[in-house]
Amino acid sequence: MDNSLNWREKIITRFIKVSGYSAIIFVGLIFYFLLREGLPTLGEVQFNSLFATRWYPIEDYFGILPLIGGSLIVTIGATLIAVPFGVGAAIYISEIAPRWMREILKPLVEVLGGLPSVVLGFLGILILSPYLRVFLDLPTGLTALAGSLLLGGIAIPTVVSVAEDALDAVPKSYRDAALALGATEWQTIWRVTLPAARSGVLTAVMLGIGRAIGETMTVMMVTGNAPVMPGGLGALFEPARTMTATIAAEMGEVANGSVHYHVLFFIGIVLFLISLIVNVTASAVVFRQHKRQERILS
Amino acid sequence: MIKATSTSTTRYTTQRIGFGLLTAMTLFTVLPILAVVIYILVLGTPAINGEFISGFPREGMRAGGIWPAIVGTFYLTLGTAIFAVPLGIGAAIYLSEYAPENRWTRLIRIAIINLAGIPSVVYGLFGLGLFVLFLQFGTSILAGSLTLSIMTLPVIISTTEEALRAVPQAFRTVSISLGATKWQTIRRIVLPQALPGTLTGVILGLERAAGETAPILFTVAAFFLPRLPASPLDATMALPYHLFVISTQVPGMPVKIQYGTALVLLAFVLGMNFIATTIRSRARARRQW
Repeated sequence: MDNSLNWREKIITRFIKVSGYSAIIFVGLIFYFLLREGLPTLGEVQFNSLFATRWYPIEDYFGILPLIGGSLIVTIGATLIAVPFGVGAAIYISEIAPRWMREILKPLVEVLGGLPSVVLGFLGILILSPYLRVFLDLPTGLTALAGSLLLGGIAIPTVVSVAEDALDAVPKSYRDAALALGATEWQTIWRVTLPAARSGVLTAVMLGIGRAIGETMTVMMVTGNAPVMPGGLGALFEPARTMTATIAAEMGEVANGSVHYHVLFFIGIVLFLISLIVNVTASAVVFRQHKRQERILS
Repeated sequence: MIKATSTSTTRYTTQRIGFGLLTAMTLFTVLPILAVVIYILVLGTPAINGEFISGFPREGMRAGGIWPAIVGTFYLTLGTAIFAVPLGIGAAIYLSEYAPENRWTRLIRIAIINLAGIPSVVYGLFGLGLFVLFLQFGTSILAGSLTLSIMTLPVIISTTEEALRAVPQAFRTVSISLGATKWQTIRRIVLPQALPGTLTGVILGLERAAGETAPILFTVAAFFLPRLPASPLDATMALPYHLFVISTQVPGMPVKIQYGTALVLLAFVLGMNFIATTIRSRARARRQW
């Protein structure tokens, strides 16, 4: 009896330990399979034509710069929306809103985080882009701007919840001291609370940007999918094509093992490395504030 | 530093303007969410009837119902739960109860954060490379569920770990001192106390899996399949992918069916969200420690 108990305990403990390490195994597996399918690109496409400005796979033009540019322009647009609104909402929720208001706002922001991106893309096609076309007098509403607006909305919950945690973690005594010295609440927020929480707010911004770069369905549906090299911020009002959308739109049609297939996996490697850099940098900040990290993921 | 010149009136005017601005920004963030939900509810409800829910698509998906997509999403969510729940809870138990504070544990945490940040379409690529092609599962519910469950893991692990850590240390000490083994303590004392938080995490993770499209594009999704999947090795339709297809790939699609599909998907996902948050707030209210 006692022996069998010991035995069971050992198996279970082993299982728990393996599950614990599973996250490392999976990140490794993901990277390995991306490399396995994506690295042959470097032997098949010349380096110069891979980092060129023309993406037209049917005629074997595999220049990925327009796709990187497309991701960049859409992400910049989304950041310009998500950062002020996200941080602003976080300050409001954490510092200004009365308690009952907080109890309403926090779950609502969580709901925004849970809306399937395909639903937002669907509404983007039916409502947002026709409106943009008429309002801004554009030939088509399916532009980088439409993508940026929706992506901004998708990144906001991430920014709000991480930034709000950071503000919440600032000790109450800081605020009390500022108020006691005669500062208004507004001055306290700007000159004491926000600076004290700045590393957490920065993490929030980075994770929001990471979320925007990786988003797929919404951008594929509303950005018009034209792989053109963006010239400047004016490109916001033209159709664009991001890295994620390219993979999603074209992977279904390519033959396994073809050059095109390998290039799409190569783009996957680029995306993986970008998210790796964003998250490792963000977590370096996070580890200092242990409690914060648990919220980012939830 | 507060300027000596600013009189108290201008300071409070600034404050009033600032607070007004932040309130407006918050409203701008929150109101569109409500608008989206209400809009889809209003325009989608007329499409909902018995045939729409339980019928098969007809006339190139322009008529009939979405039953195969509903069933597909249900199977995928179930499949994801089968893989992700034991693994995720196991990992959370490891991190909360066993893991020493060392370099390896740090690495595990970095890996979890990274898993959470990897773009969903990259999960799709990975699923295609490993499950569909290398392990030869084909485009199937099995391949899709495995892909989705890896994507879901970070949410389940982090919420469950938080719930386990919230259980007071004294509970464990007492149980061990009464002669229970470590696993008995976890199984009989810690896990039951952390159950509501764990459930919340699991449901939030599955909610994400149910609503995702990109990871299932190349691993499960069938454009149109006029029958229900018969085994885990079958491809299937799924609600999010179906909404994508009928809103971009099918010309002349009746708007009513599109909104109806969006509503069913939204109800599925928000329903899970509601259950998860209800469990969490109830448990918080009842907690005695």
